[in-house]
Amino acid sequence: MTVQSITQSLAELRFFKDMPREHLEMLAGCASPVAFKKGEFLLLVGHEATHFVAIREGMVALEMEAANKITTLQTIGEGSIVGWSWLVPPYTWHYDARAATPVSAIQFDARCVRDLCESNPAFGYDVLKHFSHVIVERLMNTRIQLADMYH
Amino acid sequence: MFMTNGQVAARPMTPVVGRIRRRRRETQDTFTLEIELEKKRRFSFAPGQFNMLYVFGVGEVPISISGDPAESDVVRHTTREVGVVTGAMRGLKEGDYLGIRGPFGSAWPVEEAEGRDVVVIAGGIGLAPLRPVLYHLMDHRERYNRVTILYGARTPEDILYKQELGRWSARLDVEVFATVDRATRTWHGNVGVITTLIPRAPFDPKNALAMVCGPEIMMHFCVRELHRRGVTSDRIFVSMERNMQCAIGLCGHCQYGPHFVCKDGPVFRFDQIEEFFSVREF
Ligand SMILES: Cc1cc2nc3c(=O)[nH]c(=O)nc-3n(C[C@H](O)[C@H](O)[C@H](O)COP(=O)(O)OP(=O)(O)OC[C@H]3O[C@@H](n4cnc5c(N)ncnc54)[C@H](O)[C@@H]3O)c2cc1C
Ligand code: FES
Repeated sequence: MTVQSITQSLAELRFFKDMPREHLEMLAGCASPVAFKKGEFLLLVGHEATHFVAIREGMVALEMEAANKITTLQTIGEGSIVGWSWLVPPYTWHYDARAATPVSAIQFDARCVRDLCESNPAFGYDVLKHFSHVIVERLMNTRIQLADMYH
Repeated sequence: MFMTNGQVAARPMTPVVGRIRRRRRETQDTFTLEIELEKKRRFSFAPGQFNMLYVFGVGEVPISISGDPAESDVVRHTTREVGVVTGAMRGLKEGDYLGIRGPFGSAWPVEEAEGRDVVVIAGGIGLAPLRPVLYHLMDHRERYNRVTILYGARTPEDILYKQELGRWSARLDVEVFATVDRATRTWHGNVGVITTLIPRAPFDPKNALAMVCGPEIMMHFCVRELHRRGVTSDRIFVSMERNMQCAIGLCGHCQYGPHFVCKDGPVFRFDQIEEFFSVREF
């Protein structure tokens, strides 16, 4: 896939809507297409956050092991992002992410994106704004989950 | 007392005796009673309405009618055990009797929804008051544009009406998305709070009409997501719960701002109650 075709794929994903073409092109320069088989891990807890993934098709389960039991915290689908720990030190994953179905995605080199953020503050701010949404959304969802509203 | 068109009749405070024809376990704390009325009385109601069910010697509680509005020989109620009366109701067996008054209250806007995208959003036991709407939508599918059902439950074991949800999701003209708050790997569906389904659901916010039922906190977050997608308050309907006694607008037990939930509700257009919704004192 060329930078142009990756840029186009990104533009079609919900997460990147509203991002200027120029910034999508910069991101595309750090990205490549990937596919995961069902059951394959995209991220592993405690490992260095060297990359993050935008899902084009399929479903990813965020999982945590506690008391010898694996719990699914959330599933993430088409158009969404898996992984934000690459953005904040110490750049390690907080949970596992497993392909719950076959997944087609675009994977980003985290260091490459971080370097671009440092050298181009407008781009960096845009990326941060987009990822803040993911972080705030996950925080809100966790709060709603903790409210145990159906109990 | 039981009338056609969901009208409350002349002696709304006097219960009619009903006999439990069938009792079905839905989940570990939820059950459905299929009740036939004395003297083979017919029963009709509008989707969204409720009955007062009287467990003899224990007490009376409001419970929504969860059956098909097209059937009139039986009354169905799905109840979750939370306390004294619902606990006693759970102990009733097939052949036992209970008292019924109703139907009471306002209905879901199934006619207003015609020609629109319809989004039905239910959380937990909130699917029960919406099931009559779903039967109606399926029976008159041609009157509606896109139909989307979003359902959230606590765990996969808490999902109500699994078979019916399965049947509806197999239809090509209805989209069903279910999610649970928590699960292990044996569950292959969505995990996440119900609000996560709303941004992805296939409806046009400019023309959609949403009907939302579940715990108040769940409705609060869902309405917020619907607003974020551009669905306005005059096209969002919610079903409210308050303690009730008379169910006919006399005692004031169910007062909610200037409204009585038993008479003006339980189904409200959201802009009618927006200023009280999520305000603690109300
Ligand atoms: C219009 C309307 C429609 C309703 N439809 C249904 C329905 O279809 N199915 C159904 O199961 N319930 C429904 N309810 C709720 C039902 O009426 C109550 O759960 C019931 O009155 C509780 O009575 P109880 O004697 O069993 O509990 P109580 O002994 O009065 O209460 C015991 C405990 O349960 C808590 N509690 C009471 N009500 C609820 C509740 N709604 N949710 C969670 N905890 C509660 C109380 O705070 C208390 O701690 C409806 C309520 C209204 C107003
Ligand atoms: S229950 Fe008496 S006024 Fe509503």
